[in-house]
Amino acid sequence: MAMELDVFVGNTTIMDEDVYLLWLDGYTVSDAVSMRMKSGILEQCGASQDVLESDTMDHYRTFQMTERLLHNPSKLVNQLLFQIPPHRQNMLIERWGGGAAIVKITVQKCYKILNPFSPSLAPSLPPSLALTGRYYAFDEAFVREVLGKKLSKGTKKDLDDVSAKTGITLKSCRRQFDNFKRVFKVVEEMKGPLVENIHQNFLLSDRLARDYAAIVFFANSRFETGKKKLQYLTFEDFAFCAEQLIQNWTLGAVDSMVEDMDVDLDKEFLQDLKDLKVLITDKDMMDQHKSLVCTALRGKLQVFSEMEGSFKNLSRGLVNIAGKLMNNKDVRDLFIDLVEKFIEPCKSDKWSLNDVRLFLTQHTNSVRALDAFKHQAVWERYMRVIQSCILKMYHD
Amino acid sequence: MPGKLKVRIVAGRHLPVMDRASDLTDAFVEVKFGNTTFKTDVFPKSLNPQWNSEWFKFEVDDEDLQDEPLQITVLDHDTYSANDAIGKVYIDIDPLLSSEAATVISGWFPIYDTIHGIRGEINVVVKVDLFNDLNRFRQSSCGVKFFCTTSIPKCYKVVTVHGFVEELVVNEDPEYQWIDRIRTPRASNEARQRLISLMSGELQRKIGLKVLEMGGNAVVGYLQCFDLEGESGLVVRAIGTACTLDKLSNPSAALLPACNSPSKEIKESPLVHPPSHGCRSTHNSPIHTASGSRLTQNFSVSVPTLIYTGMRLHRLRSWGETGHEHRGQNLKPGRQCRTPFSEDPNPNTHSSGPSTPLKNQTYSFSPSKSYSRQSSSSDTDLSLTPKTATSPKGPRICLSPSSPTLSSDFLTLTNTFQLPMGSGTSLTPHSGHANPVGLRKTVSFSEDLLLAASGMGSGGSAGKEGGPPKTLLRQQTQTALEQREFPFFTLTCFPPGFLVHVGGVVSARSVKLLDRIHNPAFVGIMGNTRSYKLLDWNSFSADEPETRDAWWEEIRQEIKSHAKALGCHAVIGYSESTSICEEVCILSASGTAAVLNPKFLQDGSLDNYSEHRLSRQPTYFSTGSEKGEFDFFPLSKDSSSVLGLEEPSPPSCGFCHIPYDELNMPFPAHLTYCYNCRKQKVPDVLFTTIDLPVEAAVTGKGCLIQARLCRLKKKAQGEANATAISNLLPFMEYELHTQLMNKLKLRGMNALFGLRIQISVGENMLVGLASATGVYLTALPTPGGIQIAGKTPSDMTYEQHISNMQKKINDTIAKNKELYEITPPKLFTLDPEVSTFKGQNTEISEEVIGSPIPEPRQRSRIFRSHSESSDEISELDLSHGKKDAFVLEIDDADAVEDIHSLLIDAPLPAGFYSCNTEIMPGIYNWTTGLQMFTSVRVFRLNNVNLTNQGLNKIFNDLCENLLKSLYFKLRSMIPCCLCHVNFTVAVPEDELIQVAVTAVAMTFDKDQAQESWKASVDKALMKVIAENEEQLQFPLELCSDSPGAQLFSPRKGLLESASAQAIPGAQRATSVEYSSFANRCNSWIELVKVKALTIRRGSIKTTSSLEKASPQAEGHARVRSTTAYTGSTITVVKMTPLSFIPGAKIIKYVGIINMFFIRETTSLREEGGVSGFLHAFIAEVFAMVRAHVAALGGNAVVSYIMKECVFMENPNKNQAQCLINVSGDAVIFVRESELEAIPVQPQTTSSQASNSGADVTT
Repeated sequence: MAMELDVFVGNTTIMDEDVYLLWLDGYTVSDAVSMRMKSGILEQCGASQDVLESDTMDHYRTFQMTERLLHNPSKLVNQLLFQIPPHRQNMLIERWGGGAAIVKITVQKCYKILNPFSPSLAPSLPPSLALTGRYYAFDEAFVREVLGKKLSKGTKKDLDDVSAKTGITLKSCRRQFDNFKRVFKVVEEMKGPLVENIHQNFLLSDRLARDYAAIVFFANSRFETGKKKLQYLTFEDFAFCAEQLIQNWTLGAVDSMVEDMDVDLDKEFLQDLKDLKVLITDKDMMDQHKSLVCTALRGKLQVFSEMEGSFKNLSRGLVNIAGKLMNNKDVRDLFIDLVEKFIEPCKSDKWSLNDVRLFLTQHTNSVRALDAFKHQAVWERYMRVIQSCILKMYHD
Repeated sequence: MPGKLKVRIVAGRHLPVMDRASDLTDAFVEVKFGNTTFKTDVFPKSLNPQWNSEWFKFEVDDEDLQDEPLQITVLDHDTYSANDAIGKVYIDIDPLLSSEAATVISGWFPIYDTIHGIRGEINVVVKVDLFNDLNRFRQSSCGVKFFCTTSIPKCYKVVTVHGFVEELVVNEDPEYQWIDRIRTPRASNEARQRLISLMSGELQRKIGLKVLEMGGNAVVGYLQCFDLEGESGLVVRAIGTACTLDKLSNPSAALLPACNSPSKEIKESPLVHPPSHGCRSTHNSPIHTASGSRLTQNFSVSVPTLIYTGMRLHRLRSWGETGHEHRGQNLKPGRQCRTPFSEDPNPNTHSSGPSTPLKNQTYSFSPSKSYSRQSSSSDTDLSLTPKTATSPKGPRICLSPSSPTLSSDFLTLTNTFQLPMGSGTSLTPHSGHANPVGLRKTVSFSEDLLLAASGMGSGGSAGKEGGPPKTLLRQQTQTALEQREFPFFTLTCFPPGFLVHVGGVVSARSVKLLDRIHNPAFVGIMGNTRSYKLLDWNSFSADEPETRDAWWEEIRQEIKSHAKALGCHAVIGYSESTSICEEVCILSASGTAAVLNPKFLQDGSLDNYSEHRLSRQPTYFSTGSEKGEFDFFPLSKDSSSVLGLEEPSPPSCGFCHIPYDELNMPFPAHLTYCYNCRKQKVPDVLFTTIDLPVEAAVTGKGCLIQARLCRLKKKAQGEANATAISNLLPFMEYELHTQLMNKLKLRGMNALFGLRIQISVGENMLVGLASATGVYLTALPTPGGIQIAGKTPSDMTYEQHISNMQKKINDTIAKNKELYEITPPKLFTLDPEVSTFKGQNTEISEEVIGSPIPEPRQRSRIFRSHSESSDEISELDLSHGKKDAFVLEIDDADAVEDIHSLLIDAPLPAGFYSCNTEIMPGIYNWTTGLQMFTSVRVFRLNNVNLTNQGLNKIFNDLCENLLKSLYFKLRSMIPCCLCHVNFTVAVPEDELIQVAVTAVAMTFDKDQAQESWKASVDKALMKVIAENEEQLQFPLELCSDSPGAQLFSPRKGLLESASAQAIPGAQRATSVEYSSFANRCNSWIELVKVKALTIRRGSIKTTSSLEKASPQAEGHARVRSTTAYTGSTITVVKMTPLSFIPGAKIIKYVGIINMFFIRETTSLREEGGVSGFLHAFIAEVFAMVRAHVAALGGNAVVSYIMKECVFMENPNKNQAQCLINVSGDAVIFVRESELEAIPVQPQTTSSQASNSGADVTT
């Protein structure tokens, strides 16, 4: 004696957000049921366990059916299979951000009145957005494991290790990995700004789109992030760095309508970086640079003497990194190099963040005064990124 | 008369990948109508093709326009092998044929494949140019409007209700054709879908013809069903109520008090200028139609069928007639006759009684004649034959309303059944077998049981004269109705004043064997019944419907006579259904016997229809939503005064008053003076199949009451099987009734509305499910409690147990009364006559044993819910205990549990109510929350040795758990009410029980809900008035133009330009505007695709190829985003089984939706098992319904119903198949809150439009 078949289909698709999260986290139905039972939902509603099981099964089926659409969220917007009407939209919007209460009240009216480009125009969000957002959300712990790795089958095979290490279910790991890969594949060869592309193709929130841009960028250039020395860095640090790199070093930073504009670094620029070597190979220039920096920073820096002592090392480190960047392998080691060649020496000398900032600013700007140096533009483009990355990465 | 059908294929999107190598599809489209096919060009290598085809024009007959569906097939072009079909879309173009429905069908339709489900979408535009039809002999009926809604559609007013229309068509089921062995499942499914589509088109056309002949212009309460009879064929049948409807386009005129004689205008309107069928007015005159127009059909009438007269179905129920006759003569003999029936377990002595009715069966008509056709024309004499034969004799049925009568009736029934078996003499049932033709074994009996409450018997309706007023009324109404063969109405909700009295439920069932071909000619030719399949079915199909027609004819006659027995001349809330298992088929029909105001039945009799009545007539409906969309009709007061009734009945209780004559009651019922007006008699309990009349006075809230029952049956074949089933049926009916009655009492209520009893037959069991909404009618007496009596009061513990249970039951009743807010008005002192009545009763109860119809005795006894135990009835001393208390008799421990579990349904969770009627009595302030859903469960019984009791428990748990699940699912909507809860049970296989529920959850405002009834009524009244005033202007600005057209064309134009311009800007836009996502996304996706394409071609990343690709990509993106964008503004389509949408006004009906889908899979496991498969399929069905509604320009489906959900599986083969049939009315509604604004376009549309407008400025 058993329930052979048990389905519930609403004209308006009912999606329980709690169950959705459980599903996203990769729990099995029975796990989800027991977790829901612990949440006390049964007592609230006076339902029995089999009711909860049936409900959970239904939701899981619905999510499985929507998953196909979630893989291509733009399809989700004009699909006909599931109906998520405006009144439910409000609820989803509400969960989406601050100011929701106001938005909710004015939803009906602001359709017509508000400037459609105002970022707070939540009412016109497709109803499925929140759903998508949830689906494409990822765990910090997971992304740190995968960031910069090739999004290949090999990596996917190793996900069970990641799962064991992070405590995230394998199912969830796979979903997150597949999301990365899917986004990567779609935007990889696309023209136009990376974030924008992700934004539009996957209907992700601005924040999430930026994160994905970082993931895609890191995966494409295969930046090394997993070394022990880099463990202290968070995903947010890397995401910030990625954004800097995208905005300054890629093809897109120069020409907005080329292929791969945001994904690949500007090769010509990397080539040009070799010319910066003159800053350390020309002894006069290096001395002049040092004296300019020291003059400017005297009295302002708490670690002035240490700086004076290590100036040549640090400067050499920074320029050497630049010089090597035309090799793909050295691009991958960018962050390691930054840590080894700059951050660690500074830390061992107990530089404060402010010291670092002052030094880097001055170090960059002083080059302008070197008349013999002909590569100002390349230098500044290089240092803009390096400076902000180091500052972001300079913490415990 | 020709019409021109024009079709344009615009685009496709989300197509499946058909070419694995390229991950793309080369799609083209075939457009087929009738035998003409057009093709679009192949749009290569795209999943979002843009065909932008020319207009494909089909010049066709309007007959075909009605019958044929437009068939659109999307295919993948393959140069080397056969083209692969992606899927199909069937579009019913019927809505375009009526000038008042949609004018264009345009939108995205899911491309459906019976094996793969939905595979992408296609954008299609369909238009029809219809030429004027001046041919009086046409076969088409374009322009007749069809409504599933069982009340007068909201933006119409009824001019005349013409009456019952029915039709059925038969064909061979393609699944059982020989060719099915060699064709693919897909081909077979598609053949079936197409055939059913064709048949329903034909059916509608034929019914439309009948309506035109009757002078009507619409069918309301249209119910179309399919009987999949398996090898013997496929029957599509439909019933409905023909009406002349007038659009409420000029309500001011209708409402103006100054309008002195609107009748003339109205009378003329359908004939002289019928709004719906344009110039086709010549057809409205019935004179032509009688002869000329049906020439082609006449041949079928002439089939000789007299043979059948003798072998007509044998009414096992006929014992009832005997009883009646006796009782009809006078009361005394009646009692004598009954006494033994009820007391004596051995009824043999009465064998003569039951057998006599056979002789009474003077059916002189020949069933093979096409009655339906006859009746629709003016020559009714033929069809009247049975009436004249039966009516003087008096009603043949005994209807016993109150339970006690039932029990005795029931016994009788049992006896009748047993007699033939036991004695072997050829009594009623046997003569059926012995019949010379002997082809049909048919058994039918009345559900007298159900006549319950009210019902009195028949006694006096025709033969006897009641009080003069009633006779007068009857005579008047009879003249109106007597001309109809079947005075049936499928409506469940009537304009106030239409319903005068309600008698009670009448129903009939008949068991038929399907595998016999009843047409002698047929059999003669064939010899072997199986071989006919190899022959051309069509040569026989002409004869076949006659058999089915005749079956239904019998049932309807029976229903009609039942109604007569109740002193009623009409049956309302009428419906028909079947349950088929192998070759056995149970035909069921039920309705509510009623007396109607004849004025509405005669053309143009609405002269006293004026406005002040309107204001006096509060409608509950109007409270939330429906404000006077139909005109209100004269109160019963007016009508009754016209009819010469001395005492007008107040509207709030008039319908409860007994339609029969209490002085000549051959059947006992507990009558009291109406608690509302105290002028007329009312029964103690009232059962009906209709919705609660809007004007009825109700105390507290209602609730869903269900009786559930399973009965094991031995597996058998053919006739033996039919006999077994027919033997079981009365027991089931009886027990279902008993359960209903007990549960009703347990809730402290006294009336059931929307009663629907379904008995499904399986190979080894019968499943019965009765659902109704219980209410406390203020006019009816307070129901008594339930008393438990032990049979063997020897044991002390047992006694205690009983008293415990009694206490529990009493507590439950008290709790229920509180829950449903039943605080009955104080009993006023009984009128003298009532006391007399009471006295009489006590007298009777003194002579307990001998009294045949002792009212108290009958009322006080309820049998254990096991039919086997019914012969153990012991007499109870009725002088003890409360007079009107029910006594439950308990004779063994099992029974205790049994009764206990049966009676005490799981309580509703707080904040939930449920009912199976349109609205919940007692809740008037609906808010806009709406969630329609379908839930299906199949339970497998693995235990082979189940007892009836075990089975009952399983079934009961199944239903209860299902309800619990629903409550849990919908908990976020609290406070809410599940309305129109429609359960369907089936026994698809030996050990499977399938329960499907469709219902709608509606939220309401809790605070106001607690207001007293009176307050809400007052409020409602005020609202009605206000709304009516508002309505004066409303339709002028809204209904007169056609919103459907506006919905599409202008918007599209705007969007096209808007989005096309928006794209370049959008690409560089840094700040992201979410609303334009949809279109930009699409453009970007296209870019990606195009790019991907170039890459695959090998021109990767070279600048030159990029440059080449770019403009093309841009171009594509632009074109595509246009269409994609239009599509992405998916109209939200609401669906509801109700006829209204709370908080909204229906401004237009755009067409009837009637769709049939088959889905099959050969990879069941891969699709998530049976649950995954069905879940996806139901979601797909919803999606397709929504898409069709949206394409018609509608934004909601009302009166949605899932009529069929046949699920079959074969897990071993990893296969499953499911058939679903749904229908409803597509409408355009406008939120009341938006009425001031421009209400034509749905909210989403306008917002999107404005957003895209903003895009242009970027």
